[in-house]
Amino acid sequence: MLNQNLKLNIKLFDADVEKISTRVGFGEGLVLAADADKNVVGLCADLNESTQMNLFARKYPERFVQVGVAEQNLVTVASGMAAMGKIPFVSSYAIFSPGRNWEQIRTTIALNDRAVKIVSSHAGVSVGADGGSHQALEDIALMRVLPNMVVLSPCDAIEAKKATIEAAKNGKPTYIRLAREKTPIITTKETPLEMGKAQMFFAPPMTAQVGIIATGPLVYNAILAAQNFAQRGISVKVLNISSIRPLDFEAIINLAKEARAVVSVEEHQVVGGLGSAVAEVLVQNYPVPMELIGVHDKFGQSGTASELIEYYGMGVSSIEKAVERVMGRKIT
Amino acid sequence: MLQLTEEKIKWMEEKARDIRVSVIEMLVEAGSGHPSGALGMADIFTALFFGILRHDPTNPMWEERDRLVLSNGHICPVYYATLAHAGYFPIEELKNLRKFGSRLQGHPDRNFLPFIETSSGPLGLGLSQAVGMCLADKIDNGKYSSKQFYCLLSDAEMQEGNIWEGAMLGAKERLQNLTIIIDRNNIQTEGNTEDIMPLEPLKEKWEFFNWHAQTIDGHNFREIAKVVLQAQAVLDRPSVIIANTIPGKGVSFMEGKYEWHSKPINKEEGKKAIEELKNA
Repeated sequence: MLNQNLKLNIKLFDADVEKISTRVGFGEGLVLAADADKNVVGLCADLNESTQMNLFARKYPERFVQVGVAEQNLVTVASGMAAMGKIPFVSSYAIFSPGRNWEQIRTTIALNDRAVKIVSSHAGVSVGADGGSHQALEDIALMRVLPNMVVLSPCDAIEAKKATIEAAKNGKPTYIRLAREKTPIITTKETPLEMGKAQMFFAPPMTAQVGIIATGPLVYNAILAAQNFAQRGISVKVLNISSIRPLDFEAIINLAKEARAVVSVEEHQVVGGLGSAVAEVLVQNYPVPMELIGVHDKFGQSGTASELIEYYGMGVSSIEKAVERVMGRKIT
Repeated sequence: MLQLTEEKIKWMEEKARDIRVSVIEMLVEAGSGHPSGALGMADIFTALFFGILRHDPTNPMWEERDRLVLSNGHICPVYYATLAHAGYFPIEELKNLRKFGSRLQGHPDRNFLPFIETSSGPLGLGLSQAVGMCLADKIDNGKYSSKQFYCLLSDAEMQEGNIWEGAMLGAKERLQNLTIIIDRNNIQTEGNTEDIMPLEPLKEKWEFFNWHAQTIDGHNFREIAKVVLQAQAVLDRPSVIIANTIPGKGVSFMEGKYEWHSKPINKEEGKKAIEELKNA
């Protein structure tokens, strides 16, 4: 029931599905973007290796700037470089950028409409052992509230690579949200990626009874939940949102019209994140019952990625329960 | 570079006086804004726009222009007045300061005045942007760059951590084409800088950060021209000029008083101020 028009990974349901972190996809994409355009520069705040900017830094040392542990400087310097025609990619952890430097981003990048690419790894609880202080659960909210900002949240390493290459060309301030953990490869090289367009990744051949709208590596969990329902004869469709801003209103509204019940899935606070964005679209266009999967008003803690995803209610069984709840709330 | 004859200095003093008169007129008309820093920096703005900067008011986006980043955006009345007197837009337009739909926003905003290098107001952000601009130019042109990069900052702005992050990177990258001027007027919104959060020893701080540092009288055109020239002769590091200025310069009832940092000027005060400036 994977939508094979999109040429998704046919081994997705295998137990040994290939896993690569989205940050690795970014690192590979940045080198390709830099090969294609000499104006691409990279800035990092002492996290070159863990954000995977090191491939680029090794190949283009003259276009790489190490700013030290100074995330406020990271983005303001990048704004100045963009003013001179550069296409700066700045990488750090999401908790520091945009966590620490949000006002610098607002004033010098968003307000100025400078084409800086803010690339942030280690988003979500799946950071794992580092604990709550390092698990950014607010970054989508912080970035999608800013005018001019493009917000991208790739579902796997391949999409992250393509998103990086596209971001280099879009001429806009752009946020790319990445994760530390290795996660299943959902797409393939051949899967098309159109900026600002959502894609139906999982679609049983009958009218959807519930639509799941998901972003980031949790799209995998959403697909597994939908597959389990499909085996029980219940049609649940999964829409992948790789671009949270601009958001594909049409795809979301169409899914709500078809399913008349939706569940949002994200590794982020449900306040202000994808779920909120979807609710904003639906409440103004086609209100339907909705459940929000994500972190509910809590900070994270140490643990393995899978322990934390389960504990904070973002595992496959939690998504299944949310689907059942929202089916029960459908207005007939 | 600025060649200063007695005649040119006299011309600049008159130009700075005209700019100060415009600043008062603008602030009276606007009914709000920041008088002290704007008046205090009028001489430096005059020296920059009528002598030091390579720029072209008929072609504001000229690629080869020197870049000037105004970090402490709240002193924009003097920025706008200087741009108008330099021919960027009609002096008449200055009366629109802080009004709805105006290009002259309460703090400089590129969405309304696109040829300025950056939007500013929130303190502490200009230096790093100037560092980024200079660094981008250095990547492209190395030591053959023809452009100079300037950043104007307030003294109280040194209380922002972002400034020192930018200072470290500027020194690390040896940005020889970067010169920053700090308006050392010793005041901020709620008092004197040394009472609110002491900055001294300020020159030594910058020297310890590996910058070439000089202190001048920010109202002396000859000194301003000389130190900028000296700063640009330093080839292994960026330069800072600490310009001692009198806040509210030229208007006796405002001079040296922090209370005028962001106090509205009423019509009567404005009339008195302009009379004093014109009769000086």
